[in-house]
Amino acid sequence: MNFSQIKEKLKDKTVGVAGCGGLGSNCAVALARVGVGKLIIADFDVIDEGNLNRQYFFYHQIGEKKSLCLQQNIHLINPTTRVTAHDLMLDSNNIYEIFKDCDVIVEAFDKAEMKQMIIEAVLDKLPQTPLVIGLGVAGWGDNNSIGCRQLDYLYICGDEKREVTDQLPPLAPRVGIVANMQANTVLEILLKDSSWTLY
Amino acid sequence: MDIILNNRPESFDFEKLTISEILKLKNYSFKMMVVRINGRLIKKPEYNLADVVDGDDVQILHLISGG
Repeated sequence: MNFSQIKEKLKDKTVGVAGCGGLGSNCAVALARVGVGKLIIADFDVIDEGNLNRQYFFYHQIGEKKSLCLQQNIHLINPTTRVTAHDLMLDSNNIYEIFKDCDVIVEAFDKAEMKQMIIEAVLDKLPQTPLVIGLGVAGWGDNNSIGCRQLDYLYICGDEKREVTDQLPPLAPRVGIVANMQANTVLEILLKDSSWTLY
Repeated sequence: MDIILNNRPESFDFEKLTISEILKLKNYSFKMMVVRINGRLIKKPEYNLADVVDGDDVQILHLISGG
């Protein structure tokens, strides 16, 4: 499949991105670059200077809403990707309404309890929608510990070990690897039904 | 009983166990997790109630912060 054929295939696809931080901002940008037609993004937070060590925002955007800034940044990269931005806190009650039309959902939260919440909500209410989660992104180095595995409709990207702490912060390289691994998994799912396949 | 726990065969000297009992026996002290028995989601209030029996496929996914 050449890039025109890939873009043709992706232009009718919708991907949900739950969280616009380190995982979500980088994953959404990668998906927009390759031509996913529609992104539905959500985050309640504002950009802090400390976020710029890994998140796809710019210095002048500090203090602004993450969801709206990510929508603007994506528009500057690929204006053909339509982005619906929700400036709100996702919870088990609104996930269905916001993401029900998505072909794939990307989990891109930072807190473990939010990851649990969305996994349970999607398994409960959207059991046929693939969910790609990021798990274990902290620190630096140790590339080979990062992997991806599948449990039915749940895809897990990350090392599944390294939790963020004061001494093991989330940083651009490792968070970016996992975010792009999530985007790569989304592509694998979206392009799977095509005649051309690697597998 | 013989079960599959996180894709690996596992034997316990019990006919059945709850999720809470398995967590204790395996010394899993995860604060946040997602548990499924044969693909069925088991939420936290059910950890003391849901029985795991011979042949079951149990997935316990440990959730950690970072993103």
